[in-house]
Amino acid sequence: MAKTMTMNTPANGPTIQVDKLNLSFGIGASANQVLYDVDFSVEEGEAFGLVGESGSGKTTVLRCLAGQYDHWQGSLSIHGQKLGRKLDRARCRKVQMVFQDPYGSLHPRHTVETALAEPLAIHGIGDRDARIDAILSKVGLPLSFRFRYPHQLSGGQRQRVAIARALILEPRILLLDEPTSALDVSVQAEILNLLADLRVRDGLTYLLVTHDLGVVAHLCDRVAVMQQGRIVDMQECAALSGSMPTHPYTRMLVEASRHYSREMAQIAATDAAAASRVAA
Amino acid sequence: MAATTMTTTTANVAAYDGTPRSSSQALRQNLARGARRLTRNPLTVAGLVVVLGLLLLAAFAPWIATHDPFAQNLSKTLQAPGAEHWFGTDEYGRDIFSRLVHGSRITLYIISLVTIVVGPIGLAVGVISGYFGGWVDTVFMRITDIFISFPGLVLALAFVAALGPGLDHAIIAIALTAWPPIARLARAETLSLRKADFVVAVQLQGASSLRILVRHIAPMCLSSVIVRLTMNMAGVILTAAGLGFLGLGAQPPIPEWGAMISSGRRYMMECWWLVAMPGAAIMMVSLAFNLLGDGLRDVLDPRSE
Repeated sequence: MAKTMTMNTPANGPTIQVDKLNLSFGIGASANQVLYDVDFSVEEGEAFGLVGESGSGKTTVLRCLAGQYDHWQGSLSIHGQKLGRKLDRARCRKVQMVFQDPYGSLHPRHTVETALAEPLAIHGIGDRDARIDAILSKVGLPLSFRFRYPHQLSGGQRQRVAIARALILEPRILLLDEPTSALDVSVQAEILNLLADLRVRDGLTYLLVTHDLGVVAHLCDRVAVMQQGRIVDMQECAALSGSMPTHPYTRMLVEASRHYSREMAQIAATDAAAASRVAA
Repeated sequence: MAATTMTTTTANVAAYDGTPRSSSQALRQNLARGARRLTRNPLTVAGLVVVLGLLLLAAFAPWIATHDPFAQNLSKTLQAPGAEHWFGTDEYGRDIFSRLVHGSRITLYIISLVTIVVGPIGLAVGVISGYFGGWVDTVFMRITDIFISFPGLVLALAFVAALGPGLDHAIIAIALTAWPPIARLARAETLSLRKADFVVAVQLQGASSLRILVRHIAPMCLSSVIVRLTMNMAGVILTAAGLGFLGLGAQPPIPEWGAMISSGRRYMMECWWLVAMPGAAIMMVSLAFNLLGDGLRDVLDPRSE
């Protein structure tokens, strides 16, 4: 698939560079600042996690990168090119996003085929039938699902369609907004494995937002911890699961997640692996 | 609905045999499901039957009518309903049944023209206003407020007074008063949709605003707009009849139902059929459209799925 796209060689700097990102809502005295000097960079092919509790601003960072807000201050760049405040088509082909809620991210009146053909139509890409078939098999959906409506799909299947839709423009970067938190545990493992496979196969760069440290440990190389609009800690994921982190807030998060039963997740993962073997 | 008890694993669902094989088949399955739900409610079916009956009546009016609706016979004025004149005759000896049958064409003409004008205008104004927000929204909604703050019939009266009486002018007047509620409805729907993830997703794919409005937002508003339009049809019929009654709609000798009531009211005390027959026709058709609208809402409203 990668042969048709205009490869942007990462000659100049990291794939995603965020510098001094500030964002506030409201004006004057009632202004509410939600991001304070957020800095990080993601290398080509890396999976970078942003964790933190609800309201820490992690999704907001993602939405700035996705062009949903246009009043941020600071600088965002992708492959060394500064991002404008408005979305343009070239950017859409580089960066795509997978949403948290697979029930809300697919148009309820569009079949899988319509949803997948839409980005191709917008960008005037031909050969749609073959591309749709290819992307469906890539995300592990049977080709017979092509003419189904979202209400005829389960949550995990919907999320696969959403991933297919994000990947059909062959972006280099995938923004993942809690892609598994709306799914039940066994399906979570399936989707995470799919995302991990896709990253290896296509050399994608992931920016993953989650509050689930298990997801981060499974998928990410590095992780930044956010609290109240600031990045308070940045760690290698390996360090996170091994020794105790030094920053008190990170330590609190890790401890909280260890109480969450590790066995349950393990069982779910093996179940999912068995199910995907049957499917294949 | 055994098909809805789908299992979640991929392997099992692949074997589920109701899977459509093409987009036209998927559409057909969807329509069939809608039709099944529509016919489940007996009241909706009753409404549907009356509306279909009205359509047939209008289509085959010359064959169904027993007399010429305009033929006067002064030797047989004000006859009670009987074998020769099923619904009696009016003050000029015209057959009321035939006039009602031909009047169904005028009713349908009014409803369809008003709907064709009001639906697209209301939908476009509402969707644009809700999606873009800001000053676009302010301008459109203040215009809508101005229209909505007059009672419909009074505004229609003013328009007809300015344009002169006549059926087409009555239709224009009704259309002018009927679009603001549709626009408000479409705007409210759009407001709830414009931040929806599926709209954000398609924005992120680089879609133009026009494409988002036409292909993604308008179809979602369409169902509630259709329901509202169907419900409105009853009001449109009544307003048209009201204008006809006041002598500002269809002009004699056109057999418009409201105008028939108006001309019959002088003889109402002695000859009840002059008023009762067209009155019953108006009531039945309005009721049928209301029932059909209720049924359509159950089928089309995405929240009821």
